[in-house]
Amino acid sequence: MDYGRFRKECLGVYAVWWREIKVFQREKSRVVSSIVQPLMWLFLFGNAMGASLDVNGVNYRDYIYPGILSMSVLFGSVFFGLYIVWDRKLDVLKAVLVAPVSRISIFLGKVLGGCTDVTLQVLILFLFSFLFSSINPLGIPLALLILFITSVAMVSMGLAIGSFLESLEGFQVISTFVVFPLFFLSGALFPVDDRLPGWLQELVKLNPLTYTVDGVRGALLGVNTFPLYVDLGVITVFAVLMILVGSALFSRMK
Amino acid sequence: MSIIETRALAKTYGRIQAVRGIDLNIEKGEIFGLLGPNGAGKTTTIGMLCTIVRPSSGSASIAGHDVVREPAEVRRNVGIVFQDPTLDTILTGRENLKLHALLYGVPSDIREKRIKELLELVDLKTRAEDITRTYSGGMRRRLELARGLLHRPAVLFLDEPTLGLDPQTRARIWDYIRKMAQKEQTTVVLTTHYMEEAEQVCDRVGIIDHGRIIALGSPEDLKESMGGYMVIIRMKEAPLDRIRALPYVSEATQNDDIVEITMKEAHLHLPDLLLNIRNVECVETRAPTLNDVFIKLTGRDIREEEIEDSGGWVESVARYRQRGH
Repeated sequence: MDYGRFRKECLGVYAVWWREIKVFQREKSRVVSSIVQPLMWLFLFGNAMGASLDVNGVNYRDYIYPGILSMSVLFGSVFFGLYIVWDRKLDVLKAVLVAPVSRISIFLGKVLGGCTDVTLQVLILFLFSFLFSSINPLGIPLALLILFITSVAMVSMGLAIGSFLESLEGFQVISTFVVFPLFFLSGALFPVDDRLPGWLQELVKLNPLTYTVDGVRGALLGVNTFPLYVDLGVITVFAVLMILVGSALFSRMK
Repeated sequence: MSIIETRALAKTYGRIQAVRGIDLNIEKGEIFGLLGPNGAGKTTTIGMLCTIVRPSSGSASIAGHDVVREPAEVRRNVGIVFQDPTLDTILTGRENLKLHALLYGVPSDIREKRIKELLELVDLKTRAEDITRTYSGGMRRRLELARGLLHRPAVLFLDEPTLGLDPQTRARIWDYIRKMAQKEQTTVVLTTHYMEEAEQVCDRVGIIDHGRIIALGSPEDLKESMGGYMVIIRMKEAPLDRIRALPYVSEATQNDDIVEITMKEAHLHLPDLLLNIRNVECVETRAPTLNDVFIKLTGRDIREEEIEDSGGWVESVARYRQRGH
Protein backbone atom coordinates (compact mmCIF):
# COMPACT_ATOMS: atom_id res chain seq x y z
CA MET A 1 0.00 0.00 0.00
CA ASP A 2 1.47 3.35 -1.00
CA TYR A 3 1.78 6.26 1.38
CA GLY A 4 -1.14 8.31 0.00
CA ARG A 5 -3.51 5.38 0.31
CA PHE A 6 -2.27 4.64 3.84
CA ARG A 7 -2.80 8.28 4.85
CA LYS A 8 -6.38 8.16 3.56
CA GLU A 9 -7.10 4.98 5.50
CA CYS A 10 -5.73 6.64 8.65
CA LEU A 11 -7.96 9.65 8.01
CA GLY A 12 -10.85 7.21 7.69
CA VAL A 13 -10.06 5.60 11.07
CA TYR A 14 -9.80 9.09 12.56
CA ALA A 15 -13.11 10.15 10.98
CA VAL A 16 -15.04 7.24 12.51
CA TRP A 17 -13.32 7.73 15.88
CA TRP A 18 -14.05 11.48 15.81
CA ARG A 19 -17.73 10.80 15.16
CA GLU A 20 -17.92 8.44 18.14
CA ILE A 21 -16.35 11.05 20.40
CA LYS A 22 -18.94 13.64 19.28
CA VAL A 23 -21.71 11.16 20.03
CA PHE A 24 -20.15 10.46 23.44
CA GLN A 25 -20.08 14.18 24.22
CA ARG A 26 -23.75 14.60 23.30
CA GLU A 27 -25.17 11.54 25.04
CA LYS A 28 -24.50 12.80 28.56
CA SER A 29 -27.28 10.79 30.18
CA ARG A 30 -25.79 7.56 28.86
CA VAL A 31 -22.40 8.52 30.27
CA VAL A 32 -23.87 9.46 33.62
CA SER A 33 -25.76 6.18 33.95
CA SER A 34 -22.66 4.21 32.99
CA ILE A 35 -20.85 5.87 35.90
CA VAL A 36 -23.67 5.71 38.42
CA GLN A 37 -24.41 2.02 37.92
CA PRO A 38 -20.96 0.77 39.02
CA LEU A 39 -20.97 3.25 41.90
CA MET A 40 -24.22 1.71 43.09
CA TRP A 41 -22.63 -1.73 42.95
CA LEU A 42 -19.71 -0.47 45.02
CA PHE A 43 -21.48 1.63 47.59
CA LEU A 44 -24.83 -0.10 47.93
CA PHE A 45 -24.01 -3.73 47.23
CA GLY A 46 -20.36 -3.49 48.32
CA ASN A 47 -21.04 -1.77 51.60
CA ALA A 48 -23.94 -4.06 52.42
CA MET A 49 -21.95 -7.24 51.81
CA GLY A 50 -18.80 -5.69 53.26
CA ALA A 51 -20.53 -5.20 56.58
CA SER A 52 -20.23 -8.91 57.26
CA LEU A 53 -17.59 -10.12 54.84
CA ASP A 54 -13.85 -9.86 54.24
CA VAL A 55 -12.05 -11.72 51.45
CA ASN A 56 -8.41 -12.71 51.99
CA GLY A 57 -8.17 -9.99 54.60
CA VAL A 58 -9.54 -7.29 52.28
CA ASN A 59 -12.86 -5.59 52.91
CA TYR A 60 -15.47 -6.97 50.46
CA ARG A 61 -16.30 -3.55 49.04
CA ASP A 62 -12.65 -2.92 48.22
CA TYR A 63 -12.26 -6.50 47.01
CA ILE A 64 -14.93 -6.12 44.29
CA TYR A 65 -13.66 -2.70 43.14
CA PRO A 66 -11.47 -4.30 40.41
CA GLY A 67 -14.39 -6.59 39.50
CA ILE A 68 -16.78 -3.69 39.13
CA LEU A 69 -14.27 -1.81 36.95
CA SER A 70 -14.06 -4.90 34.77
CA MET A 71 -17.83 -5.14 34.69
CA SER A 72 -18.12 -1.52 33.51
CA VAL A 73 -15.63 -2.23 30.76
CA LEU A 74 -17.45 -5.41 29.76
CA PHE A 75 -20.93 -3.85 29.64
CA GLY A 76 -19.83 -0.54 28.15
CA SER A 77 -17.73 -2.19 25.44
CA VAL A 78 -20.08 -4.97 24.34
CA PHE A 79 -23.08 -2.68 24.21
CA PHE A 80 -21.12 -0.04 22.33
CA GLY A 81 -20.30 -2.70 19.74
CA LEU A 82 -23.85 -4.03 19.58
CA TYR A 83 -25.04 -0.48 18.98
CA ILE A 84 -23.95 -0.97 15.36
CA VAL A 85 -27.30 -2.75 14.85
CA TRP A 86 -29.05 0.51 15.58
CA ASP A 87 -26.69 2.45 13.28
CA ARG A 88 -27.51 0.06 10.49
CA LYS A 89 -31.22 0.30 11.15
CA LEU A 90 -31.09 4.09 10.91
CA ASP A 91 -28.98 3.96 7.76
CA VAL A 92 -26.38 6.17 9.44
CA LEU A 93 -23.76 3.62 8.49
CA LYS A 94 -24.75 3.45 4.83
CA ALA A 95 -23.11 6.73 3.90
CA VAL A 96 -19.96 5.71 5.77
CA LEU A 97 -19.79 2.27 4.17
CA VAL A 98 -19.83 3.65 0.60
CA ALA A 99 -16.88 5.95 1.27
CA PRO A 100 -13.57 4.98 -0.36
CA VAL A 101 -12.24 3.66 2.95
CA SER A 102 -11.74 -0.03 3.69
CA ARG A 103 -14.10 -1.82 6.04
CA ILE A 104 -11.16 -2.66 8.28
CA SER A 105 -10.42 1.04 8.81
CA ILE A 106 -14.06 1.70 9.66
CA PHE A 107 -13.98 -1.23 12.07
CA LEU A 108 -10.79 0.02 13.73
CA GLY A 109 -12.24 3.53 14.02
CA LYS A 110 -15.28 2.08 15.77
CA VAL A 111 -13.12 -0.02 18.11
CA LEU A 112 -10.97 2.97 19.04
CA GLY A 113 -14.07 5.13 19.52
CA GLY A 114 -15.60 2.56 21.85
CA CYS A 115 -12.35 2.10 23.81
CA THR A 116 -12.02 5.84 24.25
CA ASP A 117 -15.56 6.05 25.63
CA VAL A 118 -15.02 3.18 28.01
CA THR A 119 -11.57 4.29 29.13
CA LEU A 120 -12.87 7.76 29.96
CA GLN A 121 -15.58 6.15 32.07
CA VAL A 122 -12.99 4.02 33.83
CA LEU A 123 -10.89 7.12 34.53
CA ILE A 124 -13.89 8.73 36.19
CA LEU A 125 -14.35 5.61 38.32
CA PHE A 126 -10.67 5.82 39.30
CA LEU A 127 -11.36 9.27 40.74
CA PHE A 128 -13.29 7.48 43.49
CA SER A 129 -10.44 5.14 44.32
CA PHE A 130 -9.26 7.32 47.23
CA LEU A 131 -12.40 6.20 49.09
CA PHE A 132 -11.10 2.65 49.08
CA SER A 133 -8.33 2.38 51.64
CA SER A 134 -6.91 -0.91 50.35
CA ILE A 135 -6.32 0.39 46.79
CA ASN A 136 -2.73 1.05 45.81
CA PRO A 137 -2.78 4.14 43.54
CA LEU A 138 0.57 3.15 41.99
CA GLY A 139 -1.17 0.16 40.40
CA ILE A 140 -3.62 2.33 38.45
CA PRO A 141 -1.54 2.63 35.22
CA LEU A 142 -1.19 -1.15 34.95
CA ALA A 143 -4.88 -1.63 35.76
CA LEU A 144 -5.74 0.92 33.08
CA LEU A 145 -3.65 -0.95 30.51
CA ILE A 146 -5.35 -4.25 31.31
CA LEU A 147 -8.79 -2.65 31.16
CA PHE A 148 -7.95 -0.94 27.85
CA ILE A 149 -6.90 -4.22 26.22
CA THR A 150 -10.07 -5.83 27.56
CA SER A 151 -12.09 -3.00 26.08
CA VAL A 152 -10.50 -3.53 22.65
CA ALA A 153 -11.48 -7.20 22.85
CA MET A 154 -15.03 -6.60 24.06
CA VAL A 155 -15.85 -3.78 21.61
CA SER A 156 -14.59 -6.01 18.80
CA MET A 157 -16.74 -8.84 20.08
CA GLY A 158 -19.78 -6.55 20.28
CA LEU A 159 -19.20 -5.34 16.71
CA ALA A 160 -18.70 -8.91 15.53
CA ILE A 161 -22.03 -9.98 17.02
CA GLY A 162 -23.74 -6.75 15.95
CA SER A 163 -22.63 -7.17 12.35
CA PHE A 164 -24.91 -10.15 11.88
CA LEU A 165 -27.73 -9.33 14.31
CA GLU A 166 -30.77 -8.34 12.31
CA SER A 167 -32.76 -6.50 14.93
CA LEU A 168 -32.64 -4.91 18.34
CA GLU A 169 -34.50 -7.86 19.84
CA GLY A 170 -31.18 -9.68 19.67
CA PHE A 171 -29.85 -7.32 22.37
CA GLN A 172 -31.73 -9.10 25.13
CA VAL A 173 -30.55 -12.50 23.94
CA ILE A 174 -26.91 -11.42 23.81
CA SER A 175 -27.25 -9.74 27.17
CA THR A 176 -28.61 -12.90 28.80
CA PHE A 177 -26.47 -15.51 27.07
CA VAL A 178 -23.18 -13.69 26.57
CA VAL A 179 -22.72 -10.61 28.72
CA PHE A 180 -24.13 -11.80 32.05
CA PRO A 181 -22.39 -15.21 31.99
CA LEU A 182 -19.09 -13.45 31.26
CA PHE A 183 -19.71 -11.19 34.25
CA PHE A 184 -20.89 -13.83 36.74
CA LEU A 185 -18.19 -16.30 35.77
CA SER A 186 -15.34 -13.81 36.01
CA GLY A 187 -14.63 -13.73 39.72
CA ALA A 188 -15.65 -10.07 39.75
CA LEU A 189 -17.72 -10.69 42.90
CA PHE A 190 -15.89 -13.69 44.42
CA PRO A 191 -12.37 -15.11 44.72
CA VAL A 192 -11.38 -17.82 42.26
CA ASP A 193 -9.97 -20.58 44.46
CA ASP A 194 -10.55 -24.17 45.56
CA ARG A 195 -13.64 -23.26 47.57
CA LEU A 196 -15.55 -23.00 44.24
CA PRO A 197 -17.26 -26.18 43.00
CA GLY A 198 -15.07 -27.89 40.41
CA TRP A 199 -17.37 -27.32 37.42
CA LEU A 200 -17.65 -23.63 38.27
CA GLN A 201 -13.86 -23.37 38.55
CA GLU A 202 -13.48 -24.80 35.05
CA LEU A 203 -16.01 -22.37 33.57
CA VAL A 204 -14.39 -19.42 35.33
CA LYS A 205 -10.98 -20.37 33.97
CA LEU A 206 -12.38 -20.51 30.42
CA ASN A 207 -13.68 -16.94 30.72
CA PRO A 208 -11.26 -14.30 29.39
CA LEU A 209 -12.74 -11.66 31.70
CA THR A 210 -11.49 -13.71 34.68
CA TYR A 211 -7.95 -12.75 33.70
CA THR A 212 -8.89 -9.07 33.45
CA VAL A 213 -10.39 -9.12 36.93
CA ASP A 214 -7.42 -11.05 38.29
CA GLY A 215 -4.88 -8.73 36.66
CA VAL A 216 -6.59 -5.57 37.88
CA ARG A 217 -7.00 -7.05 41.35
CA GLY A 218 -3.32 -7.87 41.40
CA ALA A 219 -2.39 -4.36 40.30
CA LEU A 220 -4.66 -2.54 42.74
CA LEU A 221 -4.86 -4.88 45.76
CA GLY A 222 -1.86 -7.17 45.36
CA VAL A 223 -4.23 -10.16 45.52
CA ASN A 224 -4.18 -12.49 42.55
CA THR A 225 -4.71 -16.07 41.49
CA PHE A 226 -2.64 -16.14 38.28
CA PRO A 227 0.72 -14.52 37.53
CA LEU A 228 0.53 -11.17 35.75
CA TYR A 229 2.03 -12.49 32.51
CA VAL A 230 -0.76 -15.08 32.27
CA ASP A 231 -3.43 -12.40 32.80
CA LEU A 232 -1.90 -10.04 30.25
CA GLY A 233 -1.16 -12.88 27.83
CA VAL A 234 -4.68 -14.30 27.86
CA ILE A 235 -6.48 -11.00 27.36
CA THR A 236 -4.04 -9.83 24.68
CA VAL A 237 -4.46 -13.05 22.71
CA PHE A 238 -8.22 -12.77 23.18
CA ALA A 239 -8.17 -9.14 21.97
CA VAL A 240 -6.16 -10.01 18.85
CA LEU A 241 -8.52 -12.89 18.12
CA MET A 242 -11.59 -10.67 18.50
CA ILE A 243 -10.10 -8.00 16.22
CA LEU A 244 -9.48 -10.63 13.54
CA VAL A 245 -12.92 -12.21 13.85
CA GLY A 246 -14.65 -8.83 14.18
CA SER A 247 -12.98 -7.23 11.18
CA ALA A 248 -13.68 -10.30 9.05
CA LEU A 249 -17.37 -10.33 9.99
CA PHE A 250 -17.61 -6.57 9.65
CA SER A 251 -16.16 -6.73 6.14
CA ARG A 252 -18.81 -9.22 5.13
CA MET A 253 -21.67 -7.26 6.70
CA LYS A 254 -24.42 -6.13 4.33
CA MET B 1 -15.08 8.43 -23.84
CA SER B 2 -18.33 8.67 -21.90
CA ILE B 3 -18.14 9.34 -18.18
CA ILE B 4 -20.40 6.34 -17.54
CA GLU B 5 -20.50 3.28 -19.76
CA THR B 6 -22.44 0.12 -19.13
CA ARG B 7 -22.53 -3.02 -21.28
CA ALA B 8 -25.24 -5.62 -20.75
CA LEU B 9 -25.23 -4.75 -17.06
CA ALA B 10 -27.46 -7.19 -15.18
CA LYS B 11 -28.37 -8.21 -11.64
CA THR B 12 -30.18 -11.32 -10.53
CA TYR B 13 -31.36 -11.95 -6.98
CA GLY B 14 -31.97 -15.68 -6.78
CA ARG B 15 -34.55 -16.27 -9.49
CA ILE B 16 -35.49 -12.62 -9.81
CA GLN B 17 -33.94 -10.65 -12.63
CA ALA B 18 -33.92 -7.14 -11.19
CA VAL B 19 -31.89 -5.67 -14.04
CA ARG B 20 -31.80 -7.49 -17.38
CA GLY B 21 -28.97 -6.06 -19.41
CA ILE B 22 -28.54 -2.31 -19.64
CA ASP B 23 -26.39 -0.58 -22.25
CA LEU B 24 -25.92 3.05 -21.51
CA ASN B 25 -23.51 5.86 -22.27
CA ILE B 26 -23.78 8.98 -20.18
CA GLU B 27 -21.72 11.99 -21.20
CA LYS B 28 -19.81 14.40 -19.00
CA GLY B 29 -21.93 17.25 -17.69
CA GLU B 30 -25.28 15.64 -18.47
CA ILE B 31 -28.23 15.50 -16.12
CA PHE B 32 -29.54 12.05 -16.82
CA GLY B 33 -32.77 10.65 -15.41
CA LEU B 34 -33.62 7.00 -14.96
CA LEU B 35 -37.38 6.88 -14.87
CA GLY B 36 -39.67 4.05 -14.04
CA PRO B 37 -42.05 2.62 -11.47
CA ASN B 38 -40.91 1.19 -8.15
CA GLY B 39 -39.27 -2.16 -8.61
CA ALA B 40 -38.29 -1.40 -12.22
CA GLY B 41 -34.61 -1.76 -11.38
CA LYS B 42 -33.60 1.89 -11.02
CA THR B 43 -32.13 1.65 -7.56
CA THR B 44 -30.39 -1.63 -8.31
CA THR B 45 -28.83 -0.06 -11.41
CA ILE B 46 -27.58 2.90 -9.40
CA GLY B 47 -26.38 0.50 -6.70
CA MET B 48 -24.24 -1.33 -9.24
CA LEU B 49 -22.83 1.92 -10.61
CA CYS B 50 -21.72 3.05 -7.15
CA THR B 51 -20.28 -0.37 -6.23
CA ILE B 52 -22.85 -1.15 -3.52
CA VAL B 53 -24.41 -3.96 -5.54
CA ARG B 54 -22.22 -6.44 -7.35
CA PRO B 55 -23.38 -7.00 -10.95
CA SER B 56 -24.31 -10.57 -11.86
CA SER B 57 -23.07 -10.05 -15.40
CA GLY B 58 -22.07 -7.35 -17.83
CA SER B 59 -19.78 -4.44 -17.05
CA ALA B 60 -19.86 -0.80 -16.08
CA SER B 61 -17.24 1.89 -15.73
CA ILE B 62 -17.20 5.37 -14.27
CA ALA B 63 -14.59 7.88 -15.37
CA GLY B 64 -12.73 4.95 -16.91
CA HIS B 65 -12.72 2.81 -13.75
CA ASP B 66 -14.40 -0.57 -13.73
CA VAL B 67 -16.96 -0.89 -10.94
CA VAL B 68 -15.95 -4.46 -10.08
CA ARG B 69 -12.19 -4.30 -10.51
CA GLU B 70 -11.53 -0.80 -9.14
CA PRO B 71 -14.28 -0.12 -6.59
CA ALA B 72 -12.16 2.26 -4.49
CA GLU B 73 -11.42 4.46 -7.53
CA VAL B 74 -15.08 4.44 -8.51
CA ARG B 75 -16.13 5.41 -4.98
CA ARG B 76 -13.73 8.31 -4.98
CA ASN B 77 -15.30 9.54 -8.22
CA VAL B 78 -18.94 9.36 -7.22
CA GLY B 79 -21.19 11.13 -4.75
CA ILE B 80 -24.35 9.40 -3.61
CA VAL B 81 -27.59 10.65 -2.15
CA PHE B 82 -29.62 7.65 -1.10
CA GLN B 83 -33.36 7.30 -1.27
CA ASP B 84 -33.61 7.09 2.51
CA PRO B 85 -32.00 9.82 4.58
CA THR B 86 -28.55 8.85 5.84
CA LEU B 87 -27.52 11.95 7.75
CA ASP B 88 -25.99 11.44 11.16
CA THR B 89 -28.75 13.15 13.12
CA ILE B 90 -26.71 13.41 16.30
CA LEU B 91 -24.16 15.62 14.52
CA THR B 92 -24.58 19.20 13.34
CA GLY B 93 -24.79 20.09 9.67
CA ARG B 94 -21.17 21.18 9.60
CA GLU B 95 -20.03 18.06 11.46
CA ASN B 96 -21.82 15.84 8.95
CA LEU B 97 -19.87 17.52 6.17
CA LYS B 98 -16.61 17.28 8.09
CA LEU B 99 -17.12 13.56 8.71
CA HIS B 100 -17.68 13.04 5.02
CA ALA B 101 -14.67 15.16 4.04
CA LEU B 102 -12.43 13.06 6.30
CA LEU B 103 -13.82 9.81 4.95
CA TYR B 104 -13.19 10.94 1.38
CA GLY B 105 -9.71 12.20 2.20
CA VAL B 106 -10.40 15.84 1.28
CA PRO B 107 -7.08 17.58 2.14
CA SER B 108 -7.22 19.58 5.36
CA ASP B 109 -6.14 22.87 3.76
CA ILE B 110 -9.20 23.02 1.51
CA ARG B 111 -11.65 21.21 3.80
CA GLU B 112 -13.03 24.20 5.69
CA LYS B 113 -13.29 26.35 2.57
CA ARG B 114 -15.12 23.64 0.68
CA ILE B 115 -17.57 23.04 3.54
CA LYS B 116 -18.32 26.75 3.75
CA GLU B 117 -18.81 27.00 -0.01
CA LEU B 118 -21.32 24.14 -0.08
CA LEU B 119 -23.23 25.28 2.99
CA GLU B 120 -23.73 28.58 1.18
CA LEU B 121 -24.75 26.84 -2.02
CA VAL B 122 -27.59 24.99 -0.26
CA ASP B 123 -28.49 27.98 1.95
CA LEU B 124 -27.75 26.23 5.22
CA LYS B 125 -25.05 28.54 6.49
CA THR B 126 -27.15 29.92 9.33
CA ARG B 127 -28.20 26.43 10.48
CA ALA B 128 -24.76 24.81 10.13
CA GLU B 129 -24.14 24.58 13.89
CA ASP B 130 -27.53 23.00 14.66
CA ILE B 131 -27.96 19.28 15.23
CA THR B 132 -29.48 17.85 12.05
CA ARG B 133 -32.22 16.13 14.02
CA THR B 134 -33.84 19.57 14.17
CA TYR B 135 -33.80 20.02 10.37
CA SER B 136 -36.89 19.77 8.17
CA GLY B 137 -37.06 17.12 5.45
CA GLY B 138 -36.10 19.61 2.77
CA MET B 139 -33.14 20.91 4.76
CA ARG B 140 -31.87 17.39 5.34
CA ARG B 141 -32.06 16.66 1.64
CA ARG B 142 -30.16 19.85 0.84
CA LEU B 143 -27.43 18.95 3.31
CA GLU B 144 -27.20 15.51 1.72
CA LEU B 145 -26.81 17.12 -1.70
CA ALA B 146 -24.00 19.27 -0.33
CA ARG B 147 -22.42 16.21 1.26
CA GLY B 148 -22.59 14.30 -2.01
CA LEU B 149 -20.66 17.05 -3.81
CA LEU B 150 -18.08 17.76 -1.10
CA HIS B 151 -15.27 15.69 -2.60
CA ARG B 152 -15.90 17.04 -6.13
CA PRO B 153 -17.13 13.76 -7.60
CA ALA B 154 -17.22 13.31 -11.36
CA VAL B 155 -20.72 11.87 -11.03
CA LEU B 156 -23.42 12.59 -8.48
CA PHE B 157 -26.05 9.88 -8.05
CA LEU B 158 -29.40 10.90 -6.65
CA ASP B 159 -31.86 8.14 -5.87
CA GLU B 160 -35.36 9.60 -5.73
CA PRO B 161 -34.12 12.94 -4.39
CA THR B 162 -37.61 14.33 -3.84
CA LEU B 163 -39.39 11.29 -2.45
CA GLY B 164 -41.44 12.02 0.63
CA LEU B 165 -41.19 15.80 0.31
CA ASP B 166 -44.12 18.15 -0.24
CA PRO B 167 -44.56 19.64 -3.75
CA GLN B 168 -43.17 23.05 -2.87
CA THR B 169 -40.04 21.61 -1.29
CA ARG B 170 -39.66 19.26 -4.24
CA ALA B 171 -39.58 22.17 -6.67
CA ARG B 172 -36.89 23.87 -4.60
CA ILE B 173 -34.77 20.72 -4.41
CA TRP B 174 -34.83 20.50 -8.21
CA ASP B 175 -33.70 24.14 -8.38
CA TYR B 176 -30.77 23.30 -6.14
CA ILE B 177 -29.88 20.24 -8.17
CA ARG B 178 -29.83 22.28 -11.39
CA LYS B 179 -27.83 25.05 -9.80
CA MET B 180 -25.30 22.71 -8.24
CA ALA B 181 -24.82 20.63 -11.38
CA GLN B 182 -24.08 23.81 -13.28
CA LYS B 183 -21.83 25.40 -10.71
CA GLU B 184 -19.86 22.27 -9.94
CA GLN B 185 -19.92 20.97 -13.51
CA THR B 186 -20.88 17.56 -12.25
CA THR B 187 -22.60 14.84 -14.20
CA VAL B 188 -25.84 13.99 -12.41
CA VAL B 189 -27.62 10.67 -12.65
CA LEU B 190 -30.93 10.58 -10.87
CA THR B 191 -33.88 8.28 -10.51
CA THR B 192 -37.40 9.41 -9.97
CA HIS B 193 -40.90 8.34 -10.69
CA TYR B 194 -42.14 11.92 -10.82
CA MET B 195 -42.19 12.18 -14.61
CA GLU B 196 -43.19 15.84 -14.75
CA GLU B 197 -40.28 16.82 -12.55
CA ALA B 198 -37.80 14.79 -14.56
CA GLU B 199 -38.96 16.50 -17.75
CA GLN B 200 -37.98 19.86 -16.41
CA VAL B 201 -34.58 18.94 -15.08
CA CYS B 202 -33.08 16.20 -17.22
CA ASP B 203 -31.13 16.67 -20.43
CA ARG B 204 -31.78 13.07 -21.26
CA VAL B 205 -33.87 10.31 -19.75
CA GLY B 206 -33.98 6.55 -19.94
CA ILE B 207 -37.29 4.89 -19.18
CA ILE B 208 -36.78 1.63 -17.38
CA ASP B 209 -39.35 -1.09 -16.86
CA HIS B 210 -38.91 -4.68 -15.65
CA GLY B 211 -35.14 -4.18 -15.60
CA ARG B 212 -34.80 -3.01 -19.19
CA ILE B 213 -34.39 0.40 -20.78
CA ILE B 214 -37.36 0.75 -23.09
CA ALA B 215 -36.81 4.32 -24.28
CA LEU B 216 -33.86 6.66 -24.29
CA GLY B 217 -33.56 10.27 -25.39
CA SER B 218 -34.21 13.87 -24.48
CA PRO B 219 -37.64 14.53 -22.97
CA GLU B 220 -38.54 16.54 -26.07
CA ASP B 221 -37.59 13.77 -28.47
CA LEU B 222 -39.47 11.16 -26.48
CA LYS B 223 -42.58 13.30 -26.35
CA GLU B 224 -42.31 14.01 -30.06
CA SER B 225 -42.15 10.29 -30.70
CA MET B 226 -45.75 10.16 -29.47
CA GLY B 227 -46.74 11.60 -32.84
CA GLY B 228 -48.49 14.81 -31.95
CA TYR B 229 -50.80 16.34 -29.38
CA MET B 230 -53.07 14.59 -26.95
CA VAL B 231 -56.80 15.13 -27.28
CA ILE B 232 -58.85 13.72 -24.43
CA ILE B 233 -62.56 13.40 -24.98
CA ARG B 234 -65.19 12.31 -22.51
CA MET B 235 -68.08 10.64 -24.32
CA LYS B 236 -70.31 7.60 -24.36
CA GLU B 237 -70.09 4.98 -27.13
CA ALA B 238 -67.06 6.33 -28.89
CA PRO B 239 -66.75 5.33 -32.56
CA LEU B 240 -63.18 4.23 -32.05
CA ASP B 241 -62.72 2.69 -35.50
CA ARG B 242 -63.92 5.82 -37.24
CA ILE B 243 -61.58 7.96 -35.17
CA ARG B 244 -58.62 5.72 -35.93
CA ALA B 245 -59.38 5.91 -39.64
CA LEU B 246 -58.95 9.67 -39.73
CA PRO B 247 -55.68 10.55 -41.52
CA TYR B 248 -54.31 12.89 -38.84
CA VAL B 249 -54.91 10.52 -35.92
CA SER B 250 -51.80 8.59 -34.82
CA GLU B 251 -53.46 6.57 -32.10
CA ALA B 252 -56.67 6.31 -30.10
CA THR B 253 -57.40 4.37 -26.94
CA GLN B 254 -60.48 4.09 -24.80
CA ASN B 255 -60.82 3.74 -21.07
CA ASP B 256 -64.44 3.69 -19.85
CA ASP B 257 -65.92 6.87 -21.27
CA ILE B 258 -62.56 8.60 -21.77
CA VAL B 259 -61.03 8.47 -25.24
CA GLU B 260 -57.40 9.45 -25.62
CA ILE B 261 -56.36 10.46 -29.09
CA THR B 262 -52.86 11.32 -30.22
CA MET B 263 -52.97 13.52 -33.33
CA LYS B 264 -50.78 15.75 -35.43
CA GLU B 265 -51.44 19.48 -35.57
CA ALA B 266 -54.34 19.29 -33.19
CA HIS B 267 -55.14 22.98 -33.54
CA LEU B 268 -55.94 22.50 -37.27
CA HIS B 269 -57.76 19.20 -37.12
CA LEU B 270 -59.74 19.44 -33.91
CA PRO B 271 -62.88 20.96 -35.53
CA ASP B 272 -62.89 18.20 -38.12
CA LEU B 273 -62.46 15.55 -35.44
CA LEU B 274 -65.39 16.88 -33.46
CA LEU B 275 -67.56 16.93 -36.60
CA ASN B 276 -66.89 13.24 -36.99
CA ILE B 277 -68.10 12.23 -33.56
CA ARG B 278 -71.16 13.10 -31.54
CA ASN B 279 -72.20 13.02 -27.88
CA VAL B 280 -69.02 14.76 -26.78
CA GLU B 281 -69.31 15.80 -23.14
CA CYS B 282 -65.96 17.43 -22.66
CA VAL B 283 -62.75 18.01 -24.61
CA GLU B 284 -59.26 18.71 -23.43
CA THR B 285 -56.11 19.08 -25.47
CA ARG B 286 -52.59 19.07 -24.16
CA ALA B 287 -48.99 18.40 -25.09
CA PRO B 288 -47.88 14.83 -24.39
CA THR B 289 -45.91 14.19 -21.22
CA LEU B 290 -43.31 11.59 -20.37
CA ASN B 291 -46.04 9.80 -18.50
CA ASP B 292 -47.92 9.45 -21.80
CA VAL B 293 -44.75 8.02 -23.31
CA PHE B 294 -44.58 5.54 -20.44
CA ILE B 295 -48.22 4.52 -20.89
CA LYS B 296 -47.73 4.07 -24.61
CA LEU B 297 -44.69 1.88 -24.11
CA THR B 298 -45.92 -0.25 -21.23
CA GLY B 299 -49.68 0.00 -21.36
CA ARG B 300 -49.69 1.11 -17.71
CA ASP B 301 -49.75 4.39 -15.86
CA ILE B 302 -46.63 4.92 -13.77
CA ARG B 303 -48.74 6.46 -11.04
CA GLU B 304 -50.75 3.29 -10.58
CA GLU B 305 -47.53 1.67 -9.48
CA GLU B 306 -46.64 4.32 -7.00
CA ILE B 307 -46.09 2.92 -3.56
CA GLU B 308 -46.34 5.31 -0.71
CA ASP B 309 -43.61 4.19 1.57
CA SER B 310 -40.07 4.58 0.38
CA GLY B 311 -37.59 1.79 0.62
CA GLY B 312 -34.03 0.89 -0.17
CA TRP B 313 -33.08 -1.37 -2.99
CA VAL B 314 -33.59 -4.46 -0.93
CA GLU B 315 -37.18 -3.46 -0.31
CA SER B 316 -37.60 -2.57 -3.96
CA VAL B 317 -36.59 -6.07 -4.86
CA ALA B 318 -38.94 -7.48 -2.24
CA ARG B 319 -41.76 -5.50 -3.80
CA TYR B 320 -40.71 -6.64 -7.20
CA ARG B 321 -40.95 -10.20 -5.95
CA GLN B 322 -44.38 -9.59 -4.42
CA ARG B 323 -45.73 -8.31 -7.68
CA GLY B 324 -44.99 -11.69 -9.16
CA HIS B 325 -42.31 -10.96 -11.72
